[in-house]
Amino acid sequence: MNVILTIAKTHLLSKPKQTLVAMLGVTFGIGMFIMMISLMTGLNNFTEDLTKISSADIRLYKDVTEPRSTILDRIHPIGLNHVHSVKPKNESDKIRNARQIAEILREDPEIIGVAPRLTSQVFYNFGPVKLNGSVAGVDILEEDKLFNLSSKMKAGSLSALITTSNGLIIGSGLAKKLSAKLGDLLILTTPQGVTYSMKVVGIFQLGLGEIDNVRSYSNISTVQKLLGKDAGYITDLNIKTTDYRSAKLKAEKIQATFGEKAEDWETANSTLLAGAIIRDIMTYSVSITLLIVAGFGIYNILNMTIYNKMKDIAILKATGFAAKDVTAIFLTQSLIIGLLGSLMGLIMGFVFSLLLAQVPFDGGELLALDSLPINFDPQYYVIGIVFGVLTTALAGWIPSRKAGYIDPIEIIRGI
Amino acid sequence: MKSVLLKTQGITKYFHDPYTFQVLKDIDMEVYKGEFLSLVGKSGSGKSTLLYLLSTMDMDFGGKLNINSEELTGKSPDYLARFRNEHIGFVFQFHFLLPEFTALENVMIPALKLGKFSEAKIKTKAMEKLDLLGIADQASKVSSKLSGGQQQRVAIARALINDPLIIMGDEPTGNLDSINSKIVFDTFKRLTRDLGQTIIAVTHDEDFASRTDRTIEMKDGKITS
Repeated sequence: MNVILTIAKTHLLSKPKQTLVAMLGVTFGIGMFIMMISLMTGLNNFTEDLTKISSADIRLYKDVTEPRSTILDRIHPIGLNHVHSVKPKNESDKIRNARQIAEILREDPEIIGVAPRLTSQVFYNFGPVKLNGSVAGVDILEEDKLFNLSSKMKAGSLSALITTSNGLIIGSGLAKKLSAKLGDLLILTTPQGVTYSMKVVGIFQLGLGEIDNVRSYSNISTVQKLLGKDAGYITDLNIKTTDYRSAKLKAEKIQATFGEKAEDWETANSTLLAGAIIRDIMTYSVSITLLIVAGFGIYNILNMTIYNKMKDIAILKATGFAAKDVTAIFLTQSLIIGLLGSLMGLIMGFVFSLLLAQVPFDGGELLALDSLPINFDPQYYVIGIVFGVLTTALAGWIPSRKAGYIDPIEIIRGI
Repeated sequence: MKSVLLKTQGITKYFHDPYTFQVLKDIDMEVYKGEFLSLVGKSGSGKSTLLYLLSTMDMDFGGKLNINSEELTGKSPDYLARFRNEHIGFVFQFHFLLPEFTALENVMIPALKLGKFSEAKIKTKAMEKLDLLGIADQASKVSSKLSGGQQQRVAIARALINDPLIIMGDEPTGNLDSINSKIVFDTFKRLTRDLGQTIIAVTHDEDFASRTDRTIEMKDGKITS
């Protein structure tokens, strides 16, 4: 075996308690890092999944709230124009040529699916119960491609909707409140006062209360009829892309091409996702603090070891070990401490994460969640060990380098 | 015909702390192959300082140092460390073994560092050296558990392990009782006589010095005889 490694090993083993204490410092640092990052990224992924349930990667719609210029501004662009009491124009929120746009988008290799949608506010009447909600007119097969609806069906089937023109798939919360079952007839009333009788052919549960309690799906043509609109009337195009991480860029491109507002999922859920950044900052700042403390521990212990080993260093240098060899001996010791300490830390972090995953957590009516969401992504274990070894290498390097520059004559004379 | 193994030319050395003081003044000396040389002088005469210069551990001096026809002044510290490892064996007044290692490991370490032979070969060689010093039976003991005399003999075995050109001793018997002193001296004598080993030893023991092949006496940083 390499003589430097042998000496480093002997030094470590001759003071097992001190070595263990130094290792435990790193172990706790890395263990806490793994535990915190598993919980925090678990929560982040969970919120991200929630947003993925409720919104598509990109949603294309007509933005009627965008401020528009007045006629005065248009004919007299220079000068100070002031128009009192500008009222919104009675604009249709229909996307022009929606089906053609959908066809063009489907040919894009970066796009997996495009689902047209038309949403209307409705009242659900079943017997004496009257509930406020919304009905989404969809092409159910396209919708399934985007949101994987078929896996979220509690009762009935998606195909029943295609064969039943007045069919309706309702959310589980809604079904519970209305005590509606498959085959029941519901009366839907639109804000325009149109009533329509619909048959329940399916019940879905997305796990998100704000959707399950209010939404139902129907055929797009049925909702068009309900609103008294023509067959080209579509208000939304939901788009699924191959890489949802780059949806923002894609949305900008689509908006520039078609002139309609394209909103990516991150923008649509910015409030929900803001928490993720704060959690990341917290995790890293706490972990770095812990590691710095562990680093100082190693620095201290190594400094003490080197002080105690002055004589040995003098002998080694006198018998022909160069400064870099002496530095290597002590740096090896801190790297062994760092590596073993980090490995133990990974195990500790993993065990604690397993325990945390058992902790019951009631998400209430809003979230279908019964224990803390924990992420076991190996990527963070790699980061953990790299982090641990780097800190100890740095903490060990400073005193080790000093040890290399010790003048043997001073020690030999000084005795 | 005696061949010169070590040669110095005009070596001067200053100490700067706490005030500038010239400790070695224009030292010219030659050491011949196979001789047992002693350096004597009162404390403060510069004999130990001179030995450290000759050993290449301290290269902060003026003048020239030449060992085995190789000019060593101006060489890099790493090169000198390698040179010491291969060609110079050191024996100190205080035994200076690595306390956590066994006697055998202490002897082996400089050879492992040199890396010329396999570990098994080095082990046999180390055992031979310990046997030469008469302490082969102590080989597997941790060095801190050995007596002073035994430790010094382990240190000599360590100095011998790489078959050095020169063994340098800094008061090698200074901390030993008369029996162990005699053993160490006799060992040195035997090494020069039987193996042709060159030895330079600093000592203030006149009896020790008088029995060596040649004595160099120093006073106030100069060689007087």
